[in-house]
Amino acid sequence: MSSLFTYTLRIADSSLILGQRMSEWCSNGPTLEEDIAMSNISLDMFGQANGFYQYAAQLDGTKSADELAFRRNEREFFNHQLVEQENRDFGTTMVRNFLHDVFNFLFYTELSKSKDETLSALASKSLKEVKYHLRHSSNWLVRLGDGTGESNTKVQDALKELWMYTGELFEMDNLDTELLNNGIAVDNSALKSEWDSIVNKTLVKAKLTRPEDAYMATGGKKGLHTEYLGFILSEMQFLQRAYPDAKW
Amino acid sequence: MNEKYFQDRIDAEKKIEPKDWMPDDYRKHLIRQISQHAHSEIIGMQPEGNWITRAPSLRAKMILLAKVQDEAGHGLYLYSACETLGISREKLVRQLHEGKAKYSSIFNYPTLSWADMGAVGWLVDGAAIVNQVSLQRTSYGPYSRGMVKICKEESFHQRQGYEIMAEMAKGTAEQKAMAQDALNRFWWPSIMMFGPQDSDSPRTGNAMKWKIKRQTNDALRQDFIDKTVGQAEVIGLTIPDPDLKWNEVRQSYDFGEMNWDEFWSVVNGNGPCNKQRLAHHKKAHDQGKWVRDAAKAYAKKQELVAN
Repeated sequence: MSSLFTYTLRIADSSLILGQRMSEWCSNGPTLEEDIAMSNISLDMFGQANGFYQYAAQLDGTKSADELAFRRNEREFFNHQLVEQENRDFGTTMVRNFLHDVFNFLFYTELSKSKDETLSALASKSLKEVKYHLRHSSNWLVRLGDGTGESNTKVQDALKELWMYTGELFEMDNLDTELLNNGIAVDNSALKSEWDSIVNKTLVKAKLTRPEDAYMATGGKKGLHTEYLGFILSEMQFLQRAYPDAKW
Repeated sequence: MNEKYFQDRIDAEKKIEPKDWMPDDYRKHLIRQISQHAHSEIIGMQPEGNWITRAPSLRAKMILLAKVQDEAGHGLYLYSACETLGISREKLVRQLHEGKAKYSSIFNYPTLSWADMGAVGWLVDGAAIVNQVSLQRTSYGPYSRGMVKICKEESFHQRQGYEIMAEMAKGTAEQKAMAQDALNRFWWPSIMMFGPQDSDSPRTGNAMKWKIKRQTNDALRQDFIDKTVGQAEVIGLTIPDPDLKWNEVRQSYDFGEMNWDEFWSVVNGNGPCNKQRLAHHKKAHDQGKWVRDAAKAYAKKQELVAN
C-alpha cells in the first residue's frame, strides 16, 4: 500500500462516515428546512468521499471506489473517531459537525496547495462546500447556545462529551510526515492554533464554555475506533456483503 | 355575481389566484387536496429513507438521498401553496397528527428489499406523475405552478426507479427474484393510488366542474396501466394480474378487479405501516421542539438588540 493511497483513504473515510451519520437525519429533522439542509450536507460528504475513493482506487489499481467503501472491515477504516459519534439529538449533531467543519475548513484550505494535483483539485472543490457546512453548524451553535436555557444546557453537555475526540484531528504520524516533506500532505498540528481561535470565537458568541483539555481519544489513523463504527459498517455494507456476486 | 365571475374564469381556463374571490367549498376542497398531497410527499420520505443507510453503492446512496430530499422540497412547495389559502403549516401538520388529514395510502406499505426502491420509483412515482401531469392544468395558480416544478423532478425519479428494477432484473437469480417480488407487492397498491372508481368517488363532480381535477380517477389509472405494462415486459418482469389483456377495441389494457376492501381498510388506518409512519413523524416533530423554541428565542433576542 502506498502512503499516498492510505493518506487519500483516510480523507475519504472521514467524509463517508460523516455523510452516513448525516443521512440518518433524513425524515427526522426538527423542521422540514433543516431536514433538507442536512440531506444536502450528507450529499456533499458522499460526493467528497466518492472523489477521494475514486482517486484511491486509481492509485491502488485493483479495487473500485465501491469496494473500498463497502468491502473493508472496521480495522481497515481510518476516519476520525469524531465523525462516527452518534447523532443523538440535533444539538449534539451540530456540535460534532462544527468541531469537524472548522478542522475541514482549515485542512482543505491547506490541502488545496498540495503538490499532488488531484488532491489539490479535490480539496478546492470540497472547500467550497465545507465553507457552507461551517456556516450552517456555526449559526446553529450560536442559536442553540444563546437560545433557551434548555438548548444551552444541551449543547454545552454535547460539547463536553465530544471534546475528547478533537485531539486526534491534529495528530501527525510517520506517513503524514513523509508526505508533508514531499509537499503533498497537510501539517495537521499546524492547524491547531487557527482551529482554537475560530472555535473560541464561536463559543463566546454562543455563550458556551470551552471544555478543559483532558483525556484525548486516539486511534483512527491506525484503524482503531469506538464501538459505533462496527454498527455503521454492518448497516452500510449489508447488501454488498450479503450478495457478493451482485452488481447494483 | 362573484360565483358566476369565478366560474366564467375557470371555464375560460384562467387561473384562480390567492387574492381572487372563491367559493368556500372550492377553498376547502383545495386545502384538503393540497395538504393531502404535501403530507404524502413528507410521509413518503420514510419508506425510501428506510434504505438510505443501506444503499449498495456510493452512486445508489447519492441518488436515493437526493431523491428523498426532492420529496421534502416538494412538500415544502405544497405547504406553501396551501398556506396561500389562509391556513398555516403548523395547523396542517397538527391535522395530520390528529388523523384529520390524510396522505396517500401507498406509503403505508413497507419497503422490504432494495428492489422496493426500484418499485417505488418506477410505479409509485410513475403513478404520481400521471396524476401530477394532469394537475399542471389545475385551476388554482399556486398549485398548478407547483406541479410544473414537481413534475420535472418526478420524471427523473421514475427513470431512476426503473433503472434499479432493470439492473436487478438482469442481475443474479436472487436479484431478479427480489425485483419480481417488489413488483408483486407494489403493483396493486400503485394502481389503487388513483383512488376509488369514478362510480364511488363522491367529490369528483365539483372538482371537475371547478377544474381542480382535470381527469377522473379511472381515466388516469388506465393511462398509467397502458404506459407501464410494456415497461415491465422490456425488463422481463411479470405484472401480477392474470386478467391483464390488450383490448383491440378500446386500444387499452383490460385489467383485473382491485381489492377495494384492502384499499378502504388502509385508508381508514389499518394498513401495515399506518401507525408506524404517523408515530415516526410525530416523534421527529416532538424531538425537534426544543430546537424550534431555541431558534425562536434567539431570533427574538436579536430583534431586541436591533431595536
